[in-house]
Amino acid sequence: MLKRTAIRDYGVYLALVVLVVINVVITPSFLTGDNLRTQLVQVVPVLVVALGMALVIGTEGIDLSVGSVMAIAAALLPLYLGYGVVASILVCLIAGAAAGLLNGSLVTFAGVQPIVATLALLVGGRGLALVIANGQLKQLYNPDLLALGTSSVIGIPLTVLVALVLVIIVALLVERTTFGRQLVAVGGNRRAAEFAGLPVKRTLLTVYMLSGVFAAIAGVLASARLTASDPSSLGLLIELSAITAVVVGGTPLTGGRVRVIGTVAGALLMQLISATLIKHDVPASVTQMLEAALIAAAVLVQRERRNGK
Amino acid sequence: MIVRLQRQGALVVLVILLALGGLLFRTFLTTYTLGNLAVQASFLAMIALGMTLVIISGGIDLSVGSVYALSGVLAAYGSTRWGLAGALILPLLVSGVIGLIQGTLIARLRMAPFIVTLCGLLFARGLLQLITSEGSTTYLVPPGSAFRWLGDGTVLVVIAVIAYLVGGVVLQRTPFGMRLFAVGGNEDAASLMGLPVARTKISVYVVSGLLAGCAGVMSAAQLGSGVTVIGVGLELNAIAAVVIGGTMLTGGSGAVSGTLAGVALLFVIQELINQLGRFNSNMQNVVSGAVLVVVVVLQTLLSRARR
Repeated sequence: MLKRTAIRDYGVYLALVVLVVINVVITPSFLTGDNLRTQLVQVVPVLVVALGMALVIGTEGIDLSVGSVMAIAAALLPLYLGYGVVASILVCLIAGAAAGLLNGSLVTFAGVQPIVATLALLVGGRGLALVIANGQLKQLYNPDLLALGTSSVIGIPLTVLVALVLVIIVALLVERTTFGRQLVAVGGNRRAAEFAGLPVKRTLLTVYMLSGVFAAIAGVLASARLTASDPSSLGLLIELSAITAVVVGGTPLTGGRVRVIGTVAGALLMQLISATLIKHDVPASVTQMLEAALIAAAVLVQRERRNGK
Repeated sequence: MIVRLQRQGALVVLVILLALGGLLFRTFLTTYTLGNLAVQASFLAMIALGMTLVIISGGIDLSVGSVYALSGVLAAYGSTRWGLAGALILPLLVSGVIGLIQGTLIARLRMAPFIVTLCGLLFARGLLQLITSEGSTTYLVPPGSAFRWLGDGTVLVVIAVIAYLVGGVVLQRTPFGMRLFAVGGNEDAASLMGLPVARTKISVYVVSGLLAGCAGVMSAAQLGSGVTVIGVGLELNAIAAVVIGGTMLTGGSGAVSGTLAGVALLFVIQELINQLGRFNSNMQNVVSGAVLVVVVVLQTLLSRARR
């Protein structure tokens, strides 16, 4: 079954390469710097959220609250801009961590299933964001914040660089640290991890807090790029895109494995698919249906064998 | 006692809130207010009924919100072409087929229900956009059509009540219901006992699709048109109602009566907040989320104490 596992593990990279090649051939302006920059900038929020999601899914959990946490961060952002950009972003990150702490506590201490625990914040969080923002969209005028969203360093947009740094941090966290190994052990077999004396509760709490913080970062980056704080629509349904990127990237929903680079490839693949279809005037409705079919196909290929698992 | 409490938790809270509402507002415990709530709740009630069955079987169905919206549009479209028959057959056929495909992928190809029905969510919404030319076309039910009669408030509530009666009997009194509990409780054991696991799972997704389709048809009849933007996030409300109603997401246990209480609870909370009026309407979601947390934590703790 060597072939089968190879497709499962490297299929997403293969699909990405094929899609890039197809685009180089059929899309005239594909290889221009402008286009590549646009694609990268657009993928940033989903990618950053997906990084946190990959960690959570690695523990056999799921975080449905990320979109609402993004909205909360966006709502808080303009409130503290008077104290400077750093202070304002810090408030957002603390809020993200608090949201993650709530999710993690429900999962860890109350024993609530992750999907339900985070569902509560998905429902309540957006309401909270709208209450904080008084239901209004606010323009962001702070020049430093706008620079974060719109400026570039050596031709690479700043938000993309931030995402890149986060990717490296998460990859190192998973591959090189004790925490990373504990995370995978908890996801693989929670009871065994408990018996082995691993700090299961602390690991789970940390994972959900990281997911909350990453969602908050995504909220800040997206708002800075839009130059507006829009808590009513920011991050709507992003949890589904992020989960898709993670799963297509080879991290199984059953936990016990985290593929960080796969997640990056998964996010890029989803972005490129929709960009390609839109570029070639395929209606959005058909694009959406094709995406659904592609996700199904990707997961079908990656499906664990029944007895071999 | 604890089992009782866990099963009836939603009902207890519901009664308390209704009493509270009655004390605070003279207009609360009236046929008018409660009747209105029942009509509004009938759509979610249908969807949550299907979700209850799916969750008892150990799965989840994220596609229901999209299928609901799609069926509404198909019903309105069908009524303009083929009258009442078209308004009923076309949407139910499509939603049933979507459920059948999802169930087959889950049961035969052993794909995760979460992913399969997530694809279903995207697919149904895409199909909806396609047949309405990206949401720009609205199909109106012709005035005087027999289909409009179905949208009467009383009829909607009666349909939902009948669905719950049938659902309860099927779940508690038929071999199919027993198989659902067995499959959700322990799939391998059910398979070893010789139960038709795959067929049971496929049926439950078809039923869920059909019930979501039914809700869509009902909404089209009531609104007199197919509305493209409804149903977003409805799957999560349905899951919330099921969970509040005491059905555990782990599968293998649950009851439709709890779900009905859960749906009612969600709407009564909303109405209470509306009547209080002091709150920002956005507070509704905050309170709903908080109630969900409280109820779920209680449910989990109670079910632990049981063991």
